[in-house]
Amino acid sequence: MNEVILCHALVIGLALPLGLYMARSLNDDRKAPLDGLFRPFESMLYRLAGIDAQRTMTWQAYAWAVLKLHLLLVLLAWGVFMAQGLLPLNPDGVAGMPWDTALHTAVSFATNTNQQHYSGQAQLSYLSQTFAIVTLQFVTPATGLAVLLAIARVLLSKASVARFSETAVQPVGVGNYYRDLVRTLLRVMLPVATVVALLLAWQGVPSTYQGAQTLQPLDSAVTESQVIPRGPVASMVAIKQLGTNGGGWYGPNSSVPLENPTPLSNVIESVSLLLFPVALLVAVGVMTGRRRLMTGIGAVMLAFSLASTAAMIVSEKMPNAAFEGLAAAGSPNMEGKEVRFGPEMSALWASWTTQTSNGSVNAMHDSFNPLGGAVTLMDMFVNVTFGGIGVGLIGYLLYLMLAAFVGSLMIGRAPELLGKPLETREIRWISLAILAQPLVILGLTALAVALPGLAGNSNPAFHGLSQVLYEYTSAFANNGSGFEGLGDDTPWWNLTCVIALLVGRFLPMLAPLAVAAWLAGKRTAPAGRGSLDMDSGAFVGLTASVIVIINLLGFLPVLVLGPVAEQLTFGF
Amino acid sequence: MNTSLMTRTSLLASLRLMVVLAVLLGLLYPFVVTTLSGLLFPHQASGSLLYDSQGNVVGSTLVGQPFLGAQYFHGRPSAADYAPDAAAGSNLAPSNPVLRERTLDEVRTLQERDGLSAGEIPVDLLAASGSGIDPHITPAAALAQAPRVSQARGLPLPAVENAIQAATEYTGLLGEPAVNVLRLNLALNERALNERSPTDE
Repeated sequence: MNEVILCHALVIGLALPLGLYMARSLNDDRKAPLDGLFRPFESMLYRLAGIDAQRTMTWQAYAWAVLKLHLLLVLLAWGVFMAQGLLPLNPDGVAGMPWDTALHTAVSFATNTNQQHYSGQAQLSYLSQTFAIVTLQFVTPATGLAVLLAIARVLLSKASVARFSETAVQPVGVGNYYRDLVRTLLRVMLPVATVVALLLAWQGVPSTYQGAQTLQPLDSAVTESQVIPRGPVASMVAIKQLGTNGGGWYGPNSSVPLENPTPLSNVIESVSLLLFPVALLVAVGVMTGRRRLMTGIGAVMLAFSLASTAAMIVSEKMPNAAFEGLAAAGSPNMEGKEVRFGPEMSALWASWTTQTSNGSVNAMHDSFNPLGGAVTLMDMFVNVTFGGIGVGLIGYLLYLMLAAFVGSLMIGRAPELLGKPLETREIRWISLAILAQPLVILGLTALAVALPGLAGNSNPAFHGLSQVLYEYTSAFANNGSGFEGLGDDTPWWNLTCVIALLVGRFLPMLAPLAVAAWLAGKRTAPAGRGSLDMDSGAFVGLTASVIVIINLLGFLPVLVLGPVAEQLTFGF
Repeated sequence: MNTSLMTRTSLLASLRLMVVLAVLLGLLYPFVVTTLSGLLFPHQASGSLLYDSQGNVVGSTLVGQPFLGAQYFHGRPSAADYAPDAAAGSNLAPSNPVLRERTLDEVRTLQERDGLSAGEIPVDLLAASGSGIDPHITPAAALAQAPRVSQARGLPLPAVENAIQAATEYTGLLGEPAVNVLRLNLALNERALNERSPTDE
């Protein structure tokens, strides 16, 4: 338990200064910390790319700039994966990927999901792992952060609300995507990732361009040789953890000792899961001047997070039913877990990785007790318990808009958010972005289990349904973890997951951007005695209730058919 | 003010930006980290390899190995037969009858091999690891095998127990105490070599 508490303390202790640094580095002021160091690199990058990083964009231009860059990155990665057999940095002679697996992998990494239908150590060259994957592992979280900056700039920032207050302004400038992206990458993500990567290399994560090491094991009665895959692993694992990415070098991810060698590396990687999502709350609060609003949001997220972690620890310290009467009495569920981490640190990781849409694992979720499996699913349904970098807070703002709509109606006012009227167009897009989740997840799950032979389950009965549900939930939530027994490297899984990945990434990210720009362009009504106070405890509670109710309405039935029914088969 | 708004961006600019970012983030950053790690931590960077007294690579401290012989401590059940290139967990759910059957098989083996009885077996000797190459077992799981190893090697039990203690990692603040099976077996082998030819180096 000490380690669990230590990790919480480290996240808070590190996220505060990092958030303050980000607020000063990413705002629109003329000066930022370490300008002397970073500005020459930024100018060089803008010049090399030939981009205008100064003029502010309309929301449409911002959104198109995001989509264009990501479309090109998907094409690049897709090509590299298929052609890797012919390309350099391939010491182990890995062959090209089939087209459907390569497409799924490219989209999966371009949506910050990192769902993997392959095993990296055997099926990807070093070029694919770095040039294609590490690039996307940086660009996608930085893009989530950039879009959040744009939304915060026009919707939340007190300075900008004052600017737009007198007259309606259309169109509204939301910022410059290239500038937001490049500054996030150079000033925040690259330095932090470099430090974490070196710490992990020190702890034993391989960091070499040499190919696999073949050796003769000690007891050659069993097997004549063992092949140890290596590579520039540390650089990838750092950004995998920090960038709410989750896609690892080795198939079983950070349960593999080469990817997560020691209890200390496990603490570093665990803290990295939550570091940026928490720091962003601080950064946005400081940048927009809405500290109380962000404190309220942070409190709800922390409450959800602690409840999830506590339930997960309880679940995994319980015995696994399959070992009943065989293992020593009172043993925790160690199936799929590593001795050096034990049940508590495995539970903490599972809880944090599903909250933040990271999706890396240090234990196999498929072998969790039913309660633990249900907690991972619920974390991904909610997906705003800190959530993915940028998109977690954007998702929370979606619920906040809905709560403002409901709350205004409850007190008999015309619906408004921070003095801006919420009208049909806004509510239509907010609802669509929220309802797309159950529609896509439940629709695809129903289709996959209804058509015989498609699902590819490794576990029978109720858990089989959970496996299918988990896969689509993970895809839509841009999480990337899995109940990995599922036979998911088939055209059906690859192509249907691509749909869930794309809708789950871009609709809930760009619809709020549009809504924010529409709202910003409207006249602000002066706050009166009867206006909705978003800093009040009542409104914070209302938002939390909206989140809980929407997710229970959408997903309680399927949870009953999956993990709840599985638990009942054990007779308690 | 509206006239200065950017309403469109060019595809060519996105293309050039992609190339610049891919070179910086996908080639330069891994290269810098990998080069620095190789200089600062050469042993870890190349895979924490273990050598025997003749200088042959016999494994990595981070990768478990399969053991069959009675003179060796055995690791946990592995869904990958300890092949790191095929690393995997079992991904069997607690409700899956296959997991129960696998465990009953394992119990029979442990009863025959080490005389352990059902209901008292350290759980890590029954549960497969997540990676399939977990290099560790718990101290309890090692102690349960100590009598057999002591007998097979003709070593007094306290000497074997000392070797277990010497191969136990993470007894400090972080992590769970864990016996590195490969390090333990290697130490016992080296000890046997030294005793057979005390004049040799």
